[in-house]
Amino acid sequence: MDGSNDLKKVAYYPGCALEGTGHAYNRSTKAVGKSLGLELVELENWNCCGAMEVKNVDPKIQTYLSARNLSIAEDMGFDKVMAPCNGCYHNLKKAEYDLANDPKSVEVNERISAKAGHDAYKPGKVETIHALDWIKKAVGEEELAKRVQNSLKGIKVANYYGCMYTRPRHIFPEKDKGPGTESTAKPHFMDDILAAAGAENVEFPLKTACCGGAHSLSDSDMSTKLVLNIIETAEACGAEVIATECPTCHTGLEMHQVRAEKVLGRKTNVKILYFTQLLGMALGLSASKVGVQENLSDSRAFLKEKGLG
Amino acid sequence: MPIHEKSLIRKENLVENESLVIDGVDVSGHWSTFITGRSLTDYNDDMQDEIAALPGGENIHRCWQCGSCTNACTVNAVNPEFNPRYWIYLIRLGMEEELLRDKDIIWQCVSCNKCTYACPRDVVPEGVMKATAHWLELKGHTPKSPSTEFDEEFSGQVIKTGKIEESRVIMNFFRRTEQPLAQPWLVALIKGLAFRFPVFYLMRMGMAVVRRPRTRNWAKSRRAINEYVQEVEAANRAAVGAKGGH
Ligand code: SF4
Ligand code: SF4
Ligand code: SF4
Ligand code: SF4
Repeated sequence: MDGSNDLKKVAYYPGCALEGTGHAYNRSTKAVGKSLGLELVELENWNCCGAMEVKNVDPKIQTYLSARNLSIAEDMGFDKVMAPCNGCYHNLKKAEYDLANDPKSVEVNERISAKAGHDAYKPGKVETIHALDWIKKAVGEEELAKRVQNSLKGIKVANYYGCMYTRPRHIFPEKDKGPGTESTAKPHFMDDILAAAGAENVEFPLKTACCGGAHSLSDSDMSTKLVLNIIETAEACGAEVIATECPTCHTGLEMHQVRAEKVLGRKTNVKILYFTQLLGMALGLSASKVGVQENLSDSRAFLKEKGLG
Repeated sequence: MPIHEKSLIRKENLVENESLVIDGVDVSGHWSTFITGRSLTDYNDDMQDEIAALPGGENIHRCWQCGSCTNACTVNAVNPEFNPRYWIYLIRLGMEEELLRDKDIIWQCVSCNKCTYACPRDVVPEGVMKATAHWLELKGHTPKSPSTEFDEEFSGQVIKTGKIEESRVIMNFFRRTEQPLAQPWLVALIKGLAFRFPVFYLMRMGMAVVRRPRTRNWAKSRRAINEYVQEVEAANRAAVGAKGGH
């Protein structure tokens, strides 16, 4: 599928977070797409996928919410939908898996869809991909390297993928298929992309550690401890920047970095940036074009010093 | 007999005689520590079935107690009392009283699915934790956890409008759990932001609060989901033998 043309124009599911706290991710994803000649067509009248919360009321409601979005992509004539949020990506994947494997999920989805007045989504019609898959497969490292104008050379990056990009592994049948595919134990797509942009990736053992995002506010002390561990480990590994690929992970790190300082008195200095922000600046976009000023973690002085933005 | 690994035994189950002489040998204090014998009769035979009937609990019977879940668990690394393998053991045996000792921390599972990744038996321990926390609430053993309050607030908004608006979820959550919104760290965050944000962005955020994001033509979906929610809530209550509204 490498570099195939059908990835040049895909359906786009931003999700709620990208309209709120993750706005900088939305902005930088679109800007990067544009500068790479890729087209995103936003799903018409999409709904929230249910994040990590709705499944606790009942998992099948979440299946319906995600399935409705997949049918929209299908109705718009797409066979690929790109979701940059780990939560959205995970939920659409999970709906796809459950509808293909669990008769009860199919039954509930058909029942709710019928009452809601639209066709029930059938599995196998639309493939959900992450922003990382999109850039890596539609463009590829070689082409990226050619397009770099401001290399990220000398910037030490810890790549942080969080939980839902790789777990639970059964909903990602395309991963762990050998060379060229993504690994659930040690994901590397973001590392590959940023390396192509010149970054110096550090060896970081907590790539898929959990930041406690599900309880970011309902159990803040737990989240602060988990985030602090991730951040301090990144610093110990020599990272100056933690690159993220999910609005929830990103905001979790930013918020609890501040909270760790205020509540536990543990100050850390690592900067937190979306991979699309780093990549965008490498492609020659300005810091404000990729929304650096919208991040909670203020990295403007750092970027200046590195000759970026 | 002296017992060396006392830390592994609950204090209330240890007996130590201050002065005791057996066959002319002084075994006072440390030398006469005993573990009290106990026999269990109050097994709850329904507990496993009830938890298995709630969403997420379906595969609990598959567990063979390997401990991979606890070994991989994010929360266990912070708090060793958080032990999914042990709780699954207690539930399967019906040892309700033992399980209830930990009732106030089970909800703290952060759904990272590291356990699910590690489990060789497809138990989905993450689901079992959620089902167990749900069971504790339905049975009245625990009040609604902050996590349940958050889930309900969030889900309520999604069902109502098709989308969520984060600041509203956060504000309503703090109100529901009776916490002040002016947490010092939140204030610090917002101050930092206001200092940096260009005016137009603050205006855009303000606009989002006034013009709530919503999915168009959502009414039928809302009704259909609400009907389904009522159905599953009734089924869940019936499964655990609970009466009345949740
Ligand atoms: S996971 Fe987050 S961003 Fe994605 S749709 Fe859902 S709430 Fe909205
Ligand atoms: S790392 Fe945090 S926000 Fe990201 S997926 Fe895990 S819990 Fe969610
Ligand atoms: S990993 Fe699975 S089989 Fe092993 S103890 Fe945990 S739930 Fe049981
Ligand atoms: S999902 Fe819950 S039980 Fe499983 S490893 Fe994560 S915190 Fe532990």
